[in-house]
Amino acid sequence: MKHGGTVRSSAARPGERAAVDGAGRTQAGANGQGPPAVKEAAAPVPFGRRSIDLVARDRPAAARAATLTGISILNESGIAHDALVPDLPPAEFLRIHRAMVLTRAFDGRMLNMQRQGQMGTFAPGYGQEATQIGQVWPLRAEDWFSPSYRSFGAQIVRGWTMDHLMLLWAGFHEGFAPPPGVNDLPFSIVIGSHLPLATGVAMGLTIQGRRDAVLVNFGDGASSEGAVHEAMNFAAVFTAPVVFVLENNGYAISTTLEHQTGQDILAARGPACGMPGVRVDGNDVFAVMTACREALERARSGGGPTLVEAVTYRMGVHTTADDPKVYRDDAEVEAWRARCPIARFEKWLVGRGLIDEAGVQAVTEACELEVLEARDRFRGRAVAHPEELFDFVYESLPEELREQREEYLARLRAKGVIDPAT
Amino acid sequence: MAESTMHQLTMVEALNLALCEALEHDPTVCLLGQDIGVNGGVFRVTKGLQERFGRGRVMDTPLAECGIVGAAVGMAISGLRPVAEIQFSGFTMQAFDQIEQNMARFRNRTRHRYPIRMVLRTPYGGGIRAVEHHSESREAYWAHTPGLKVVIPSSPRNARALLAAAIADPDPVIFYEPKLIYRAFREDVPDAPETLPIGRARIVLEGTDVTLIAYGAMLRRAREAADDLRDLDGTSVELIDLLSISPMDTQTIAESVRRTGRCVVVHEGPRTCGIAAEVIARINEHAFEHLLAPVRRVTGFDVHFPYFQTEEHYLPDPDSIARAVRETIAWDPTHRPR
Repeated sequence: MKHGGTVRSSAARPGERAAVDGAGRTQAGANGQGPPAVKEAAAPVPFGRRSIDLVARDRPAAARAATLTGISILNESGIAHDALVPDLPPAEFLRIHRAMVLTRAFDGRMLNMQRQGQMGTFAPGYGQEATQIGQVWPLRAEDWFSPSYRSFGAQIVRGWTMDHLMLLWAGFHEGFAPPPGVNDLPFSIVIGSHLPLATGVAMGLTIQGRRDAVLVNFGDGASSEGAVHEAMNFAAVFTAPVVFVLENNGYAISTTLEHQTGQDILAARGPACGMPGVRVDGNDVFAVMTACREALERARSGGGPTLVEAVTYRMGVHTTADDPKVYRDDAEVEAWRARCPIARFEKWLVGRGLIDEAGVQAVTEACELEVLEARDRFRGRAVAHPEELFDFVYESLPEELREQREEYLARLRAKGVIDPAT
Repeated sequence: MAESTMHQLTMVEALNLALCEALEHDPTVCLLGQDIGVNGGVFRVTKGLQERFGRGRVMDTPLAECGIVGAAVGMAISGLRPVAEIQFSGFTMQAFDQIEQNMARFRNRTRHRYPIRMVLRTPYGGGIRAVEHHSESREAYWAHTPGLKVVIPSSPRNARALLAAAIADPDPVIFYEPKLIYRAFREDVPDAPETLPIGRARIVLEGTDVTLIAYGAMLRRAREAADDLRDLDGTSVELIDLLSISPMDTQTIAESVRRTGRCVVVHEGPRTCGIAAEVIARINEHAFEHLLAPVRRVTGFDVHFPYFQTEEHYLPDPDSIARAVRETIAWDPTHRPR
């Protein structure tokens, strides 16, 4: 019992999720099913001065695999590490490309609409397309996605229509509810507050014996939030099937990483919590896809959570209310322009003979058109329903709120917002 | 109709019974919190439940209130009915964000797609000689939060029935447990499951002279005051147990005050923007013309809950409640400044 390893009998075998035991641990010991054993209050400390293994106790496979890995497959010149390129049919590479181009087209149009007063405050994702598309591409429809607010690209892949997302950003309640059939959470405005939910959904799936996974994203700023740590810690303790995707875009509005954390390698928080940490080039769609696919497979097969840090850069403004010139130099932005996730992918596609310059141009134009069509649909749907104000707060309206609702409707009638006869 | 068998239970035992019944009858019910499993909770409300229902349904969690509530909300989204325990209500402040941003709002945010069917149980209130942060009564925070329901039982029987109702409720419920009376007395609790409707107050004593409104641990003190007033003064007190803080049973309150014309409201929490303030506002709206005297409140003060050597002076007691009632009854409506 030198390493505390025999205190509990062995945990769930790799590939086997402890469906009955939501604690994600062995049933032995506390339940009286295992042999009586003396429990050690803490893992042993080596005598003298020595380096310590990251995981000292007998733990599920996930914790034992709590290592730190880096992945980069496609470099900024468009040259790939061939052996690591995802094994996909050519048409799928083109679909991934199109999703990234569509994300950027949506981004540009939304900025445009905001500047013209047709849209509320918007958080663009220019430059983060590989991180966005790469993380959700390996998700299945039955899996869950819990996005942060700079996730419209990922949301489009998941089945949120662009006109739906426009409703959301334009301040219509309808925009927040996930579309029918899309297994997603609405995004979170309070930074990091959605991570405990993602862990909870994953715990709930395990308790119900379902073998789906949850993928949740957040930013480098969110990584400082207590809720984020609590969510990761819970996920590790309960071996919850959840993938944490940390989009490290270098800035939380104006706050740089060095003011956000004393440890630049945010993926190191994974092993610190007892889960693998994977640091990927976030402008490399292959690296993001690969890390997330592996993490999702591990999650679905009972291997527990993973932290994936995607190192990327926010080329544009934080939101339409932000002016980044106050806090960063143009030269820095230009340096990142050379690492554009779409340009490098296009170079690779062209090099592989999967598309040519004219083809790229055609995709870009088709995406612009698709966004314009979505804008037209949005305009047709952009009708507020102020009379619904009380309709979603409780399943059925408590008596006291019926009185308030009457008062509110009288106000709407007086203003002529709704038909005075109703 | 055969009377169901009764058992004399404390509130702790009655709550345990309600949780046990819920776990037994609804496979989507699960429990999570600190020390609720092997240890059965620091007050033993969950005693024996992990042994009986397994660690998959009765989960000991890390020491993290925000994580507990957030995970419970996530479980509710996934289709479960979690009952989360926060060890002391003073620690719910660390989960305030999850309660306000997610637990209370998710149904509205998703237009009924993800209702949050969960209960947050937590012991509240003073009088147990505990250290700081273990004695607060901050139910007003949650009553002020749209999307939540707030329930506070006052006896073993109504604790069991209200907890059953809270677990079955389609909306998130904050369930405040008056720990001062966790084991203070026993009451007959029937074998057969029973529920009480959330949103309904209960008239404990019918009376004609004055309406006395209390809830939780303060109900007993109000009852003592009412008995003294009857015995010593011959005053007929109508005692109302609020039970449901939100939604609040305006109708029962207003009808009673229309009959008696006088009212005193009692609670432990601080006075400003407290539950009594809301009760009085509703009396103004629904029974003003029947009032014979201003409505009085006997509450905690707008100070931090005292260190426990002083707590009994801070908490409302039967004498202070009776004094307020006497002053209300003695109020002379002709003594008005001109």
